[in-house]
Amino acid sequence: MALSYELCCRECGKRYENQPLSICDECFSPLEVRVDLDAAKKTVTRESIAQGPTNMWRYQALLPVPEDYVPQTPAGWTPLLKAPRLAERIGAKNLYIKNDAVCMPTLSFKDRVVAVALANAQRFGFDTVGCSSTGNLANSVAAQAARLGLKTYILVPADLEAAKILNTQVYGANLIRIDGNYDHVNRLSSQIADRFNWGFVNVNLRPYYAEGSKTVGFEIAEQLGWRLPDNVVVPMAGGSLITKIRKAFKELIALGLVEPKDVRFFGAQATGCSPIARAVKTGADHIEPQKPSTIARSLAIGNPADGIYAAKAIRESGGWAEDVSDVEIVAGIQELAETEGIFTETAGGVTTAVTARLYAHGRIKPDELTVTCITGNGLKTTDVLAGAYETEQAIRPRLTDFENYINEIKELNDLVSGGVDVR
Amino acid sequence: MSVRVLLPNAFQKHTNGAKELQSSASNLPQLLDEIEVTFPALKTHLRDETGNVRRFINFYVNEEDIRFLGNEKYAFKDGDEVLVIPSIAGGSCSCCSYCGQEDCTCC
Repeated sequence: MALSYELCCRECGKRYENQPLSICDECFSPLEVRVDLDAAKKTVTRESIAQGPTNMWRYQALLPVPEDYVPQTPAGWTPLLKAPRLAERIGAKNLYIKNDAVCMPTLSFKDRVVAVALANAQRFGFDTVGCSSTGNLANSVAAQAARLGLKTYILVPADLEAAKILNTQVYGANLIRIDGNYDHVNRLSSQIADRFNWGFVNVNLRPYYAEGSKTVGFEIAEQLGWRLPDNVVVPMAGGSLITKIRKAFKELIALGLVEPKDVRFFGAQATGCSPIARAVKTGADHIEPQKPSTIARSLAIGNPADGIYAAKAIRESGGWAEDVSDVEIVAGIQELAETEGIFTETAGGVTTAVTARLYAHGRIKPDELTVTCITGNGLKTTDVLAGAYETEQAIRPRLTDFENYINEIKELNDLVSGGVDVR
Repeated sequence: MSVRVLLPNAFQKHTNGAKELQSSASNLPQLLDEIEVTFPALKTHLRDETGNVRRFINFYVNEEDIRFLGNEKYAFKDGDEVLVIPSIAGGSCSCCSYCGQEDCTCC
């Protein structure tokens, strides 16, 4: 039976049968997967989706995997949370958080893309897989490949956060630290994929991999009761996620699963690596590469491959892009944790701080239904909070000591808030 | 003076399988001319209809993106290794995934 998806060049339109390939051999432009939505239309309904598993594979018919594929990793279906306390803090009234900080199995949205990529790696017969990564992808490939019994080679920048290195090595992956930034690592990965017969999830399997991001968009729509939001705020590294959420919304409209709506897309970057935000702000039709310098290392891609597509999607939708400083990123992490009980990594600090600015600048109106995407977990980047909190003094296990301690704290707080007369 | 130029697999269909060449070009424009003379079949694929090098093709000198070195103004040095690498992008295209048109009205 013919598969209901194929590869297609985004620039010249040449079509290819399914294979581990990401570059058109005619115009050297990127390939993408095109799913046959006419075929899907006959079988995919809200009800058929609801009968599926409570993970991203409930949308299997809209993902590039064989029809009889049996999923091995229940990633996705993360909470979509109303965020009233954060909303109040930043001047919003209808704010939601898509919380992929708790995506399984490795606590980032990368679990979605890897699940689809490795399904195809197996289909193409690879026994070895790999990736270039700023950390989250490394964790996810290592974990999911271990579960599938695949050998793994993972390339990361040498200065990656310790937690992300440990969270890769623990799964038995071959981790190779590269003396350079992510763009150096990615370039080397392209050369390796040309030379070795391995399935590199974000190189020769990239068209399939990227489709996994659509599930973020599918879930947002379904969790909102099969409707689209007014705005979505998305962190941008390579720029793929924001375009894929948009693609997901368009597919749902085409399938008749949601009412048509012009959703506005907003991109978030760190000022220390903001090539896409800069292109949006200046109206440029190309991406000027940058040398990253930011604590948001999971977003530190200076030459984002999907940058022009991301900038175009943002502009076409009537959205905008912003970038924030490292200080604002840390404040964003703390603000989200303190108001909504969600501990995100630096990328989520970027998204939260950018979201606040978009409201402050009037680019998003308070009443509009806005979803901000948190894509990773704070436990992986605790180093950025080093020194942010004092180690409390220990007290003896006596009630009187505890009462004295509480009184001291109270006096201190009153002092700070000016509530006590200290004359 | 000679620089070593490494070509990506995607080019090989148009280079009779050649993966690299030695070049005496002194800068990027000269190198592009030389590549096109050496591999005539590559020419129409390397450039778009306006004659510009296609936007997804990147050039690196040793470990550095040539755009950080002055791009076309950079003078190759003897022994430089030049990498030609197409961008690997994976997001969605500007066209509608349903009807295939760029500015569709179906959604």
